[in-house]
Amino acid sequence: MRIPKLAQFIIIVAVLYALLKAPGVFLGKPIPESLIFMYMVLVVATVLLVMTSTDESAEELFSPIRALVQDPKKAFARNIVFVIAPLVAGYIAYGLSSKGMEPPAELRSIHPAPLSKMAAYGKRFDMATLENPLRATETEDKEIFNAYVAEGAGIYFKNCFFCHGGKLDGRGHYAHALTPRPLPFKGRDTIAQLSESYVFWRVVKGGPGLPSEGGPADSSMPAWEDKLTEEEVWKVVLFLYDFTGNRPRERAREGK
Amino acid sequence: MRKHLPGLFGVVSFILVVLVFSQTYAPSAFADDGPDAAGVSTQASAVEAGPIAPRLTKDDYPSSTIVRPRVVVWLAAQMHLWFAAFVLAVPIFVVVIEAIGICRKDERYDRMAYEFIRVSMTAYTLTAGTGVVFAVVLFFFYPHLMRYLLSIFRPTVFLYFIFFVLENAALIMYFRLWKRLKTGAGKIAHLCIGIALNLAGTAIMFVANAWVTFMMSPAGVDLKGAFQGDVWAAVHNNLWNPMNLHRFIANIAYGGSIVGAYAAYRFLSSATEEEKAHYDWMGYTANLIAIGALLPLPFAGYWLTAEIYAYSQQMGITLMGGVFAWLFIIQAVIIGALFLAANYYLWCGLSRSEGGKRYTPYIKYIAFMVAVSFIVWFTPHTLILKPWEASALGGQYHPYLGPLGLMPAKNTAVNIMLLFTFLSFLFYRRANRVAVVSWAPYGKAAQTAIFSSAILNIVFLGVYYGYFTNTVYKVASSVPQVATTLFAIIACLTVEFFIYRGAKEAGPYKWGRMPERSQYAIFLITVSFTWLMGLMGYVRAAIRQHWHVFSVVRDASPDAFTPTIGYAANVVSIGTIIFMALVVFIFWLSGRKGADYGE
Repeated sequence: MRIPKLAQFIIIVAVLYALLKAPGVFLGKPIPESLIFMYMVLVVATVLLVMTSTDESAEELFSPIRALVQDPKKAFARNIVFVIAPLVAGYIAYGLSSKGMEPPAELRSIHPAPLSKMAAYGKRFDMATLENPLRATETEDKEIFNAYVAEGAGIYFKNCFFCHGGKLDGRGHYAHALTPRPLPFKGRDTIAQLSESYVFWRVVKGGPGLPSEGGPADSSMPAWEDKLTEEEVWKVVLFLYDFTGNRPRERAREGK
Repeated sequence: MRKHLPGLFGVVSFILVVLVFSQTYAPSAFADDGPDAAGVSTQASAVEAGPIAPRLTKDDYPSSTIVRPRVVVWLAAQMHLWFAAFVLAVPIFVVVIEAIGICRKDERYDRMAYEFIRVSMTAYTLTAGTGVVFAVVLFFFYPHLMRYLLSIFRPTVFLYFIFFVLENAALIMYFRLWKRLKTGAGKIAHLCIGIALNLAGTAIMFVANAWVTFMMSPAGVDLKGAFQGDVWAAVHNNLWNPMNLHRFIANIAYGGSIVGAYAAYRFLSSATEEEKAHYDWMGYTANLIAIGALLPLPFAGYWLTAEIYAYSQQMGITLMGGVFAWLFIIQAVIIGALFLAANYYLWCGLSRSEGGKRYTPYIKYIAFMVAVSFIVWFTPHTLILKPWEASALGGQYHPYLGPLGLMPAKNTAVNIMLLFTFLSFLFYRRANRVAVVSWAPYGKAAQTAIFSSAILNIVFLGVYYGYFTNTVYKVASSVPQVATTLFAIIACLTVEFFIYRGAKEAGPYKWGRMPERSQYAIFLITVSFTWLMGLMGYVRAAIRQHWHVFSVVRDASPDAFTPTIGYAANVVSIGTIIFMALVVFIFWLSGRKGADYGE
């Protein structure tokens, strides 16, 4: 049996909508509504474009709608649709406007641009050239490097673990009380995208040290400048990359 | 002569206004102001090298209770830029078309080229007019900044005028001599005038680009902004060449899209089948050039962005990692829409020939791949989340969609989108032909192998180097991805050429046999281009944030803040509507005059 074009259109759109909702329903990881809206606009547009790319196909798609509006024999169906359609529209409008107590969606810059120079520990750091001074031990003396990483782990579990979690997944004991949530370090899309100097800056200066420009930036991170020494921060940074198996972003150099 | 008076008036006004300002704001006047007027120190050592950059306060800007100075300058600049792009872009297109007409000895091309240079005459008047407005508001609202810039770029201002006069002279000759220099050596001479017109126009753009890019990546000045005396160093700053290339290619694409919109407008208002056929053909040719020029554009943009990062990590992160990244998502949506529209136009074009029906079953597969690529292309890394969504996800990144938000995924998606758009074009080219060479099946198998291997290679490069090696390779892998795409396109076209040499006709193209809805796809392409130019132009300028000249002249005006994305998008959108309305007015005016080619 051949499915009519209009029914095909409705089925394709409905199935894809269900697929987009599935991660939220079955896995507890919803695709945000803002993104589903963008995806569905694309889906509807693409299916419409394909179905109207030839005159025959376009005619087949729209003729049932035309018939519903014009054909005297379809008066009963028309009346039902003309009653149901405004009711559905009203229901959707009501649903959209009745969530008055919910705070608006947040738009936030996760990685604000660092200042070109940072003052901390009684000196000025040039962010464009700053490197982890302990990183060289990774190739020069593996034993010392491992010792640094172990020390970094100790510092992490005494200070950072409570929010960023034992698995470095951003799900520490206090994480649920914070807005915004602490970042996970696992995965390829957080610290793997950043240079060590950037991570150093975020640890040292935390939320209070976010730049006023380039926002809206926000962070629950405290500034660790007064609680950890410069070397301790670098050791924690080594540990973050080592534990998660990520490599810090390197600057492209001549010849690379 | 009388009909050119408004245009001449605009041109003369433009020259006069800027000359007056360039004299008024000469370096001497700037230096004489002293520190009290603009917070500018004129210490002897600094004066030798040139005045140091002014340290401005809010009192150095004229206040206005009626208008917001920044919005006025923004809209005036944007209008002028759009019209300037129009009048720089269309002559490039016209000369290319005229040359094709000469090579193919096909008068249709000549007629199309003439029709278009005639349309752009009105646009020239509006370009000069908006240029006057832009210059006036800029000098009025930002006098100290302009004084500083002129203290460095004064020689180039005169160069600008020389090119401006040359361009106008070439334009008038090119247009007025069209019918007189129609054959033989005369025609070649006419083509040369057209090339001269384009050279002058492009030179104007290069000069203006120097001023704009200096404000982003100042060179030839010391840390205090004191000019060191080498104008070439200031002109040849880090971003000058990347922007020259990006704008030049974009102009070709934009010219094609504007011509396409004109053709669509005339197609929809055609009264006869002959007219319809002419404008259908014009629309197709224009689109081909627009989309052809669009292919290398992302890579030129990539170079520009890489240079911005290289010049200032801060500007780079603000551009693509910070708040402006959201405008890149809007850009991704518009570019995706543009690709979909281009594909749709080609799919509709299959109906021009009876043989096209053989390829319509493939449309849905191409559409699927374009849509999947499009989804990857515009999926953001940092999501807009409601509190309950953020709570469920445990952060701003999605565990499954997060990797799609990174650049390697975008690069992979855009290359695949390009390849499938190319496939639509290939099917369109085959619509009216049947291969007769005996080895055609093997040739097609080779094309399939090239195409499939290219996609596999692009995906491998994107996934492996994007996510499983160091980030240095992540950026670098985009180059072999692009090379793969270009190789696949060239290789498939070469094989295609030999397969279809001496091919049998499956049914001639019937120009004009296009559904009217296909013409709206062309309009969508033009509006998308215009909108994109406005949005991304804003982003490029705005990443300087509170600097007039990055790290040299600080913006102390009350407008020295980054507006919200919604506000910026609204300003650009209103500008797009006004500009497109004026373009439609130009088309309408041109339609009223009638096509006088050969009459």
